[in-house]
Amino acid sequence: MKSLIKKLVETVGPSGYELKIREVVRAEVEKYADEISVDAMGNLIVKKGEKKEGGLKVMLSAHIDEIGVMVTHVDKNGFARFTTIGGVRPHTCYGSRVRFLNGTAGVIGGERLDDANHVHAIEAMYIDVGASSVEDCPVKIGDVAAFDRPFEDLGNRLISKAMDDRVCAAVLIETLKNVKNSPHELYFVFSTQEEVGLRGATTAAYAIDPDLGIASDVTMTGDTPRGMKMDVALGKGPAIKVKDGGMLADPKVVDAMVQCAQKHEIPYQLEVLLGGTTDAKAMQISRAGMPAGCVSVPTRYVHTPSEMVDINDLNNAVKLLTALISEPINLA
Amino acid sequence: MKNNEILSQIPEIGEEQIKLLEKLSNAVSVSGDESEVRNIVMEEAKEFADNIRVDALGNVLVTKKAKVDDPVRVMIAAHMDEVGFMLVDDEGEGLFKFEIVGGIDNRQLVGKPVLVGKEKLPGVIGAKPIHLTTADERKNPIPLDSLRIDMGPGNLKKCKVGDRATFATRFETWGPSLVGKALDDRLGVATLIELVKHAPENIELLAAFTVQEENGLRGARIAAYSMNPEVAFVLDSTPANDLPVWDEEENGRYNVKLNHGPAIYRLDAATLSDPRLIDHLVKVGDEFKIPYQFRQPGKGGTDAGAIHKQRGGIPSVSISVPGRYAHTAVLIARKADWENTMKLIFASLAKFNRDVLSVDR
Repeated sequence: MKSLIKKLVETVGPSGYELKIREVVRAEVEKYADEISVDAMGNLIVKKGEKKEGGLKVMLSAHIDEIGVMVTHVDKNGFARFTTIGGVRPHTCYGSRVRFLNGTAGVIGGERLDDANHVHAIEAMYIDVGASSVEDCPVKIGDVAAFDRPFEDLGNRLISKAMDDRVCAAVLIETLKNVKNSPHELYFVFSTQEEVGLRGATTAAYAIDPDLGIASDVTMTGDTPRGMKMDVALGKGPAIKVKDGGMLADPKVVDAMVQCAQKHEIPYQLEVLLGGTTDAKAMQISRAGMPAGCVSVPTRYVHTPSEMVDINDLNNAVKLLTALISEPINLA
Repeated sequence: MKNNEILSQIPEIGEEQIKLLEKLSNAVSVSGDESEVRNIVMEEAKEFADNIRVDALGNVLVTKKAKVDDPVRVMIAAHMDEVGFMLVDDEGEGLFKFEIVGGIDNRQLVGKPVLVGKEKLPGVIGAKPIHLTTADERKNPIPLDSLRIDMGPGNLKKCKVGDRATFATRFETWGPSLVGKALDDRLGVATLIELVKHAPENIELLAAFTVQEENGLRGARIAAYSMNPEVAFVLDSTPANDLPVWDEEENGRYNVKLNHGPAIYRLDAATLSDPRLIDHLVKVGDEFKIPYQFRQPGKGGTDAGAIHKQRGGIPSVSISVPGRYAHTAVLIARKADWENTMKLIFASLAKFNRDVLSVDR
């Protein structure tokens, strides 16, 4: 699991440019899939099994894109100005390293601040790739980069960029490997462009037209010094989403997940997230609507270049999802 | 089709096309009431269309069949609506309170002549003259609720709450420049009309003249759903902020520049353009030596934002004619940029086939 996560998080794949990460995922799932397709938005859709007696058409979604930056202008001295892809906040940028799709590395610097207590606006920062002119600059307008930090294994706790949402891609990959004799027709969707507005899941949900939608994504925690008030902590199990900023999970789906966790003695937490949302929102309101829910992985420092998760939560998320989709799901 | 054949078939921008652009620019067609532009489009397109219809929101949807078997079904969208105003409260004596429709900076309003309603009745957004204002008042923009459209008492019975209004600017050409209101996106509409009249024969052209782009890409959304194309190109106009900066530093936030050709989109707030389509446009531009530029990635959005998310996903990209002073009373564009936009879209369509999308995004 850890080596899979390392491989996934260290691949560059900001929203809209998921080609490389999709190939990494494809190599992992190929052996276990009945059918694999890539749609117009670049979603990797892995089908497994047919609907049997008491089964449903289930879409599971974890997004493979990550937040990043795009070059807007290279000035005459070779400094690259940039805009953000997804929820990149300015205070995580200054001094951060970035890695472009073409392999070029750079560091984010900023203009001199009149007041050093202020944070640079994105417009007041630039990427320094070591160039000194437009001509010798290895990047140009429109080029895309992700934040660059190595994967760190602290034992139970892991740190890296792009844990959001590659850890859940790992959870879905492991779930796909584990699931045997499911009564359901399963679609594992490794979705694109989540960070810019759930765009991949929107079109995948339309095309698949499932009976039930389940996302897997990271959620925040309330377990850090003077952190936000939130009853989710690292290491206490996957979080079964009740509500977030964009979705009220279907109570029947929440119940099914809770009962499944209790039956199989898998630790879990209930999640109420005040901001943010997941692919489950896009699924829930697709076409004529569907029951939807989300199994979340508690994550600290979300949308910084160093996000932290607990390996036990991931293993338990795999157990929960595997158990859930291996049995008939009662949505009555 | 051979390249020289394609070049010979590119629709020209002559006097007739500029006359049509003038008519389109001068029309009053604020989001939600696009009938004047719609009538012009219907009139121009009907004899060339294999199918033409107006949908529930007022989009004009035109099908132009290909002359080959199993053609690619390509949607091209351009929005008919423009930003403007709506009368919301009749205060008597020809004075109306109004709201802004779409995005207009309220600092642009004061002192501007406007045209109201289908009859284009004259009015002005009045303001307290300098004689009567204090130095403090002059420091701040005048809030919208302190402004009125003053039409005078002469036309009292001819206009009412709910009527739309726009800036009264009349279209002109200044040498190489095209000058008028609403060139965002009448330039796109005019381009799309020419494409309907001179459609490349290798594709099934699905032309969508859309409504309500300026208030949230609403028309394009349903147009894409019903047309269900394989791929979509959006023709729009984007602001050029290419003036010099006065401290002699480099202008790094120009968005696009006049006279640098059509602007190809990579990222805006609503869309990450399909890289395969960007590559196709670039390849065609290079091959035909058509100048093009990339719009600086950033905010904003076009109909592509709604189109690409319809149904199972529709590969989409936008191309804009650059224009200075968008969403104000006057936009300035260059005729050369319009011509090159026409060339780039026509040649890109003539060269388009399913191979472009055969690799994964």
